[in-house]
Amino acid sequence: MGGDEARAPAVIDRSYFQPADLKQARSFIAKHQDTKVVAGGTDLVVAARSGKSTLPGSLMAIHNLKELAGIEEGRGGRLKIGALATHGDLEESTVLQRNWTALSDASALVGSPATRHIGTVGGNICNASPAMELGSPLLIFEAEVELAGKGGLRRVPFGSFVVGPGETTARPGELLTAVLLPRLKVRGTAGSAYIRLEYRRAMEIAIVGAAALIAVDRSRRCKEARVGLTAVAPTCVRASDTEEMLRGAVLDSELLNRAAAAATRACSPIDDVRASADYRLAMVQVIVLRAITRALDRALAQSTP
Amino acid sequence: MRYPLALVVNGVAYQVEIEPHRNLLSVIRGELGLTGTKEGCDDSECGACMVLMAGRPVNSCSFLALQAGGQPIQTVEGLAMNGQLHPLQKAFLAEGGVQCGFCTPGMLMSAASLLDRNPHPSEDEIKRYLGGNLCRCTGYAGIVRAVLKTAAAAG
Repeated sequence: MGGDEARAPAVIDRSYFQPADLKQARSFIAKHQDTKVVAGGTDLVVAARSGKSTLPGSLMAIHNLKELAGIEEGRGGRLKIGALATHGDLEESTVLQRNWTALSDASALVGSPATRHIGTVGGNICNASPAMELGSPLLIFEAEVELAGKGGLRRVPFGSFVVGPGETTARPGELLTAVLLPRLKVRGTAGSAYIRLEYRRAMEIAIVGAAALIAVDRSRRCKEARVGLTAVAPTCVRASDTEEMLRGAVLDSELLNRAAAAATRACSPIDDVRASADYRLAMVQVIVLRAITRALDRALAQSTP
Repeated sequence: MRYPLALVVNGVAYQVEIEPHRNLLSVIRGELGLTGTKEGCDDSECGACMVLMAGRPVNSCSFLALQAGGQPIQTVEGLAMNGQLHPLQKAFLAEGGVQCGFCTPGMLMSAASLLDRNPHPSEDEIKRYLGGNLCRCTGYAGIVRAVLKTAAAAG
């Protein structure tokens, strides 16, 4: 077992800055646009340890910024999730379990208790992995990210923030400060779920994932359907064909099957160490059907007095 | 460039100067000489390096040491008190939860954190909480039994 010093590239002289508050963080990143932000480090440091990438030369550690911590219920039923809220915070949030269940499901699947306690929502989003568990739930809940830059705050829909593997539309010098979940405006009763195809329970990354939001009236007619897919395209994507087939229809099992199969049209999976593209494609229907079914079951359970 | 870091590990204050890329594991082992915590995969997969930070488990191989400043850290060396093994350590030994021993420090720290947060976990809750700790010897049965037994004995 080699020592840490033997493996680390000794040539890089790294700098480290730990801002005392958000104001300091914003002015530092505006001035040092090549700095890399680290919160929990569960992606950044792990990638460096495994040799996937080297640790950047300039680090700004934001883990202590109280302004970015926690989950806050806003006016009108909105939810503001601070960039430093951890997967564990999400998993334990009762308001999330109740109203944004798919996001709660997904956060409970991330890594292990240690990963969930250290890894943050902001880090998960900025790392922009196509396999990020939070991605497809954020898509179906039409979340926005809040970014702090030179000109103040701006908001971007999550779907146009993450644009490719490891790629976001964050501008140089911008810091992701929060994720905003709008109040769900649907008719009927709604339920949501996130399902992941996995080889093991813990420390796993999605082979294929699907998030579904289904709202129905008393006669099982679909008032709203949203489906997001994980790890089957360069980013998490919506399965719009599936959604259109479900909306307005009475949800019987034959339709659910056909609609789930249509989700493959939104997919362009790759072969990698975890699965072949063919296997991923074949499993999309299965996982989407499970997600839709669980979301529907939850929606129906809501309407039972 | 090196930066000063004040660490409190098992209630003892340490002062070191380290570079930003140093992980907490290498500082605990290399600078503080506390070698109970192990380096397994060095990739945040196996949990051999698990320590507690403010009572909750952290993969110390993949955590920047500088970020641990100001937070109480507990390692396996902090479990035994006054020459007496911690009840979890005794139960691991009694139930066959230890074979080669390499995963044991991490397993113990995760288990200690679980019992602190949830004094009477179910078998499923134990398995879920230890999900980030791999053991290639015991088949886990003895480990899970040891945690159940410790919880039951604590009343």
